Amino acid sequence: MKIECTLNGQRKTLDVSSTRRLLDILREDFHLTAVKEGCGEGECGACMVLMDGKAVNACLIPAGNLMGKEIVTPEGFKESPRGKIIEEALIEAGAVQCGFCTPGFVMAIESLLNEHPHPTEENIREGLSGNLCRCTGYQMIFKSVRLAEEKGAGLW
Amino acid sequence: MVNGYHPKDLIEALKIRAEVSCIPLAGGTDLMVQNARGTGLSPNFDKPLLFVGHLPELRHIEKKEGFLHIGPSVLLSEMLSHPFIPETFKKAISQMASPPTRNLATLGGNICNASPAGDTLPFLYAMDAELILENHAFDRRIPIEEFICGPKQTELKSDELLTDILIPTTLFPVSYYKKVGQRRGMSLTKVSFHGLAEIVDGYVEDLRMAFGSVAPTVVRSRDCENSLIGEPVSTLKSRFNEIWELYEPSIQPIDDARSTATYRKNVCYNILKDFLTHLENIKEIYNE
Ligand SMILES: Cc1cc2nc3c(=O)[nH]c(=O)nc-3n(C[C@H](O)[C@H](O)[C@H](O)COP(=O)(O)OP(=O)(O)OC[C@H]3O[C@@H](n4cnc5c(N)ncnc54)[C@H](O)[C@@H]3O)c2cc1C
Ligand code: FES
Ligand code: FES
Repeated sequence: MKIECTLNGQRKTLDVSSTRRLLDILREDFHLTAVKEGCGEGECGACMVLMDGKAVNACLIPAGNLMGKEIVTPEGFKESPRGKIIEEALIEAGAVQCGFCTPGFVMAIESLLNEHPHPTEENIREGLSGNLCRCTGYQMIFKSVRLAEEKGAGLW
Repeated sequence: MVNGYHPKDLIEALKIRAEVSCIPLAGGTDLMVQNARGTGLSPNFDKPLLFVGHLPELRHIEKKEGFLHIGPSVLLSEMLSHPFIPETFKKAISQMASPPTRNLATLGGNICNASPAGDTLPFLYAMDAELILENHAFDRRIPIEEFICGPKQTELKSDELLTDILIPTTLFPVSYYKKVGQRRGMSLTKVSFHGLAEIVDGYVEDLRMAFGSVAPTVVRSRDCENSLIGEPVSTLKSRFNEIWELYEPSIQPIDDARSTATYRKNVCYNILKDFLTHLENIKEIYNE
């Protein structure tokens, strides 16, 4: 199936099987390996990307559902002002250990702050409820959201 | 072999449906997981996919002639932010999966997946929701209770699509929702319950109670509901065991990876008791 979509700001025409997962298209066809496969079932958030500005699990999306969509991966988001703030905040809060979950959390934090520029504790927990981290115990990640909120005031 | 169709509109989709044996896919959050083959591999489907998530005719939320109409391809996240969706329904939806998965999952997918644990179902059963099924020539209207006939089994014919979900706009002043499960973000409902009621001058005017995950389909005991309509709420506390005996036979949970039957039955007992014996005081309760 021929699929027209936008990937990290560039228009692409994919010629792929319609059942191929976005996760595999990104990692294998485009070598965009920030997205990870943790569970492959929508439960860990390691594969998260932005689709039309909202966080989604790339392991659950078949190519056929990409028609006309705008996809941003952690690589594409990284250099943006918000991306830089979130990266700084995660580092400063000590929220990165092995780093496997981190790209997914970056996407989830962006989506969260987009919806709630001044999130409550409940908003933060809810917004990050789709991401698992086996190293940090989450507290530092919650803290990084607060840091990003402060440092990036006005950006969201 | 063609392994996917991406129709431009509903007419084209129904034409494909009439001509080829295919699997409709909306958000794919059930189908992609059910057919997953493991790390790095595309899922395997025994028939071509018919993509329906983008079809404009299936993405409406509107009120018409006493019904709220929701298109089956409306996302759970879109329902959460829409003013027409009843608050108590939003409470159930907000506890489904996680925000990124809710940005993909649809209402129609949850209905057609026909899981006994589908979390939109107790509300839809309690409200007597109806569905419109269409093929290229006709449409038919069917109550949700008749559409779902067992786990993963529906009355959908191979040339049909679900095209509309109708919920009566009746408002219930009392609503109660409870889901017992594990970590949020995972599809691990053990028991869910939606209760709706109207109490007038201390008497039960209308009452709806629906349990999810405790039998092959959602359980709603109309006998039990009818026996309580017209009764004073103040007596329900003392009569609870008698009420439970009426309800209990329809609750047939199973032992599975998520929980045991005994646990589920105990939870049902406690939830029903909590709901009925607090009816006087409940306005809107919702618990994790
Ligand atoms: C991590 C995770 C967590 C989850 N948590 C929950 C939860 O808490 N509660 C819950 O209830 N569910 C949960 N689910 C299950 C799932 O997300 C929901 O059932 C969702 O609503 C399915 O919608 P979909 O559009 O993704 O379905 P799809 O996978 O696209 O389709 C599901 C079924 O519906 C059929 N279908 C879809 N649209 C139509 C149509 N218009 N006409 C006819 N047939 C159609 C498909 O053929 C398929 O049989 C979870 C799933 C995941 C991956
Ligand atoms: S790999 Fe997609 S959510 Fe875990
Ligand atoms: S830092 Fe290791 S999984 Fe989160």
